[in-house]
Amino acid sequence: MILFLIRKILWAAATLAVASVLVFAALEIVPGDPAQVMLGINATDDAIAALREDLGLNKPALERYFSWIFGLLQGDLGKSYTYSVAVRELVADRITISLPLALLALVMSTAIAIPVGLYAATKRGSIADTTIMAVTQVGYAIPNFWLALLLVYILAIWLQLVPAGGFPGWDGGLVPALKALFLPAVSLALPQAAILSRITRSALLDTMGEDYIRTARAKGLSFRATIWKHALRNTMIPVLTILGLQFAYLLAGTIVIENVFYLPGLGRLIFQAIALRDLIVVESAVMMLVATIILINLVVDLAYLWADPRLRHGRP
Amino acid sequence: MRTMKKLIAAAMVTTALAPVVLAGQALAAKTSLVMGMALEPPHLDPTAGAPAAIDEVVYANVFEGLTRIGSKGEVLPALAESWDISADGKTYTFKLRQGVKYHDGSDFNADDVKFSLDRARAEGSTNAQKALFAGIDSVSVGDANTVVVQLKSPAGNFLFNMGWGDAVIVASETADGNKANPVGTGPFKFGSWVKGSSVNLVKNGDYWGTPAALEKATFRFISDPAASLSAMLAGDVDAFANFPAPETVPQLQADPRFKVVIGSTEGETILSTNNTKPPFNDVRVRRAIAHALDRQAIIDGAMFGQGTPIGTHFAPHHPAYVNLVDRYPMDLEAAKKLLAEAGHPDGFKATLKLPPPTYARRGGEIIAAQLRKIGIDLETIQVDWGVWVPEVFKAKDYDLTIVSHTEPMDISIYSRKEYYFNYSSDAFNSVIEKLNATTDEAGRYELMAQAQKIISEDAVNGFMFQLAKTGVWNAKVNGLWENSPVQANDLTGVSWSD
Repeated sequence: MILFLIRKILWAAATLAVASVLVFAALEIVPGDPAQVMLGINATDDAIAALREDLGLNKPALERYFSWIFGLLQGDLGKSYTYSVAVRELVADRITISLPLALLALVMSTAIAIPVGLYAATKRGSIADTTIMAVTQVGYAIPNFWLALLLVYILAIWLQLVPAGGFPGWDGGLVPALKALFLPAVSLALPQAAILSRITRSALLDTMGEDYIRTARAKGLSFRATIWKHALRNTMIPVLTILGLQFAYLLAGTIVIENVFYLPGLGRLIFQAIALRDLIVVESAVMMLVATIILINLVVDLAYLWADPRLRHGRP
Repeated sequence: MRTMKKLIAAAMVTTALAPVVLAGQALAAKTSLVMGMALEPPHLDPTAGAPAAIDEVVYANVFEGLTRIGSKGEVLPALAESWDISADGKTYTFKLRQGVKYHDGSDFNADDVKFSLDRARAEGSTNAQKALFAGIDSVSVGDANTVVVQLKSPAGNFLFNMGWGDAVIVASETADGNKANPVGTGPFKFGSWVKGSSVNLVKNGDYWGTPAALEKATFRFISDPAASLSAMLAGDVDAFANFPAPETVPQLQADPRFKVVIGSTEGETILSTNNTKPPFNDVRVRRAIAHALDRQAIIDGAMFGQGTPIGTHFAPHHPAYVNLVDRYPMDLEAAKKLLAEAGHPDGFKATLKLPPPTYARRGGEIIAAQLRKIGIDLETIQVDWGVWVPEVFKAKDYDLTIVSHTEPMDISIYSRKEYYFNYSSDAFNSVIEKLNATTDEAGRYELMAQAQKIISEDAVNGFMFQLAKTGVWNAKVNGLWENSPVQANDLTGVSWSD
């Protein structure tokens, strides 16, 4: 078990190192000079040269890469070219929107999908099951931005229950903030819930076909008890895998949804920074996302340990 | 599928009902305004960056210059109360307004003017429009309220240049902090900036001039066109000076809660042409292209009908504008004949590089289709600004591209050496030289007309249309600009009627 953990952690560290090289190299290759983009097409050459010097862009790439990495290791994400403030401040501000949004969406989709999926599996072939399957089929065909616009029309413009977009800030109290995040979270969660409930259903159905379940039933265990004691845990392994992938997908999905609801989140920060060639912001913010996703994968791996005893006993 | 149909039906019903529900709300006369903008400024110092979004927040609201540009493009006094121009046109003596205070309580005086102009033209300056100050030879302080600017040579547009956002007057003590905390002399003070979301301005109680009617102004940044529409419909935003979703304008026009005003900008949208690259170095080829362009079809197809056709590089709302739209009427036969004379009876292949704005991306496809009719086979290449600037603008590695030149009064770019059109005409250059040396209005207008005709005659670029400004605001809001002679959201005269 310890070995399993050490290997996973080493693997995570290596992934981060490779990612940092890729992110940095990709942005080195992208054409476009941040100083030129900031000063526009009428700028004189000496003004651009002066700004490049100010930003430290004239140093060699290798030197800039290592000073960035050493900064990251000490928790210093650098200073934004365009905003002239610490990237850490920018990211810290934005992540307090993106992360709660993704988490809220994850909780919503799980809370809907798992009970629905389990229910459909236990009632396989019934009208309820068929209906659920049909609805989820539609659910994952709907693009989340379209669903978002539809929800805005109904709940924000027509019923005026929630704002059409924007974010009042957490200082304004929990209720207005959650209200502002509600529609974006639902838009992200519903298509995910549709996928997850189908996975849950088929995972449980697969498990129910196993020999040991038949044995459990044969020894006289009730249907319900069989599911709780024997089937559920095995069902959770594919579900956990999908959940881990989904969280990464939800974080990425916030980029689109943050634009639709004009939320000042991490996705919009990255989007804007790319257009303005604020390279240091893109690099550091993307690394934060990579680190978050790697962390989630670690958590999923740990959850496997809980779900699958074979892993705990060192036989992966 | 039934579920889908129901959802769509629900969406349609709610769209139709939205105005009815909203009409029930009572609105008292307000003293705050929420203005929507598509792009967020990267910082708030207009003397250190090009993005229009900076000026759209702070110009005339927070910062003021010696002169300012009014809603019709006219030069008005601002921090300079009046000025004298010497007979040779080289010495400008500005009489400054007295009793003006910065938002931090310090006094404004002649030293600040000298500091600001010297800073903008200094060696290490990062002013995005440094060229505006290139003609200044020296700036000297007469007394606390007098500044004398000596020019190297006469410059007829000097007073207009001093009205740009890049030429606003700042205090030496606060200049370095203006990016995050702008301190100016305008009718609004900087309040707060929630990055990614909004900038808040509050009324300046100690303003030297007519105080603003608004107590509070918020600029909210919404980049998604569909979100802009829902923000307007939900009442979250009171006004968009530049509404980013022209396709939804009919819906807003039909709604009595809103006023839709289609105005003009300084944006000449042109098919920029590399004038030294064969076959475009042949004026017959350029004229053939001019004959093949159907401007109205481009405006209808790319801009939902909003925009004014132009035949030269000049704003149609300007008094000196000459209508040259019919110099090369749409005529495919004439175009083919010109191409044949130039030695391309079967046309040729070329590239068209398209930067991100809609006018370029949508307009480019339409132009490619139009030019195909005379045998010119264009390969369209999409590029972002980060690529466009070094490749097209700097290295001039292009055949054709589409750009809206949004700087006000910028016809003189055709006389700039090494400008990306690669155009050079002695006749044109001498007109611009005379224009720079002329300060009387009638004389200037005559020279501007000559300049317009020369570039039209040479068909330097494919002149297409003047970019429209689609303003949408609450019908109870008064005093917003209809046109945008400079990129600004001047809120000094904005108020609500109840």
